[in-house]
Amino acid sequence: MGKPILEVEELTFKYDKRLEEETLSAVSFTVNKGEWLAIIGDNGSGKSTLAKLLVGLLEPQKGRICIAGTELTDDSKWEVRRHIGLVFQNPDNQFIGTTVQDDVAFGLENVNMSYEEMVPRVNEALRMVEMSAFCEHDPSRLSGGQKQRVAIAGILALKPSIIVLDESLVMLDPKSRRELLSTLNQLKHKESLTIISITHDMNEAAVSDRIMMMKSGRVLKSGPPAQIFIEEQQLEPPFVERLKRELENKGKEVPKAYTTEEEMVKWLCKSCLMV
Amino acid sequence: MNKLILGRYFPGESWMHHLDPRSKLLAAAYFILVIFLANNWQTYLLLWVFTIFVLYSSNVSFSVYLRGVRPLLWLILFTVFLQVLFTGGGVIYLEWGPITISEFGLLNGAYIFCRFVMIILISTAVTLTTKPIDLTDGINALLRPLRKLKVPVDELSLMLSISLRFVPNLLDETQKVMDAQRARGTEFGAGSLLQQMKTLVPIFLPLFASSLNRAEDMANVMEVRGYQSGEKRSTFRQLSWGIRDTASLLIMLLLTISMIWLRTETTGY
Repeated sequence: MGKPILEVEELTFKYDKRLEEETLSAVSFTVNKGEWLAIIGDNGSGKSTLAKLLVGLLEPQKGRICIAGTELTDDSKWEVRRHIGLVFQNPDNQFIGTTVQDDVAFGLENVNMSYEEMVPRVNEALRMVEMSAFCEHDPSRLSGGQKQRVAIAGILALKPSIIVLDESLVMLDPKSRRELLSTLNQLKHKESLTIISITHDMNEAAVSDRIMMMKSGRVLKSGPPAQIFIEEQQLEPPFVERLKRELENKGKEVPKAYTTEEEMVKWLCKSCLMV
Repeated sequence: MNKLILGRYFPGESWMHHLDPRSKLLAAAYFILVIFLANNWQTYLLLWVFTIFVLYSSNVSFSVYLRGVRPLLWLILFTVFLQVLFTGGGVIYLEWGPITISEFGLLNGAYIFCRFVMIILISTAVTLTTKPIDLTDGINALLRPLRKLKVPVDELSLMLSISLRFVPNLLDETQKVMDAQRARGTEFGAGSLLQQMKTLVPIFLPLFASSLNRAEDMANVMEVRGYQSGEKRSTFRQLSWGIRDTASLLIMLLLTISMIWLRTETTGY
């Protein structure tokens, strides 16, 4: 983890200027290079709006966004978008190409990359999401989860330094979600990719380095997953945390600190032996 | 929907399937011009031989082609009968008011019938052996010179390929909306014409609204992936012009020469 790659300062936004209520009000945070930030919050807390602001699809009323040292403005947005990629939620509307490989290549075509350079990039991106076998398929023959993987490959092929996932893993089955998350984790370590995932899935949030909780357009709190899951009791926690709470209700003594699944298994085995 | 053969693609491995879409499109357009060179039975015979050769080399069964012609048969016959009934000249077999059945009329009718059928057969052969996306690429490549005249060729072809890509999606969605409306008690295809049209409103409005949403999402995705209209883009899909393509254009040239020769040999001009 190094210097901040993304800085957001006092970001304020509302969709309709006549409305009183702000969709985002004075949101500030920074993300370091190679960090995984999970943004959670209820529906309507402004998470997706924030994602659109980050890539310059929407323009804030106040505040500024700095990505890799460049401030995001109307003039600089094309330049900035080379550093940041956004994967949307609905996989159907994200498919531009007529076949899988065409879709992945779309972004590369836009930066006017030569054909020779494009082919290995497309193949590599498809391998990362395990869709190589489907490169000639057309979208109507793919499932929702497969389309989401292609959408992610389309962004990965562009090799951005920051990737924003706006609930992009919701249609994947648990197994492929785990696999894709571990692929992303590898990328994060190998190429110090910065990941911002917007999610309702607490297991996805649990693998992040830091969780930022949003509520009605404000940052409620931010911290490592362990801290957030212990402090926020009304949040639907990951499985281990739920188990701990159940045990606690039954009057058992459980470790106070946040534990991963493996640690919990070890602890359970140990306490069984003691009894 | 299933009756229309024109515009559908039959996967295969024939000679025609491996031709470059550009050469196929060029040859098909050129063939339509060549057809108008024909003016007697010898030239028409040659054209028929050529057409059947093309159909044969596409490796699609003839019954498929016949099915392709069938929906248009009434239109063709209508035109042919108009020609037959209202053209005079030569030996006149029957005359009744403005209606004349003459030698020239019959001959013209037969010729027009041949022209129609051959044009349909050849264009069906092209679409049956070419993937829609390759057709789009071919059209794009052939229209490229128009860019000098400020025609937005790349934008048009992108629009064309996105439309093609969304046809199955929209069909699916139409089916879904129809089923949803049926579940709510709408009955399609029943009642008077006006009533039937009214039942279409609850299909079209949601489809239209969802298309707008789709378009907005799509535009966002394209923008995020760096699409700027009017900027120079490279292309991932590559067309390759092979020996067969040159050969097929040479065959077209050969056809033209023999057509002109037959024409001058048999009619003197």
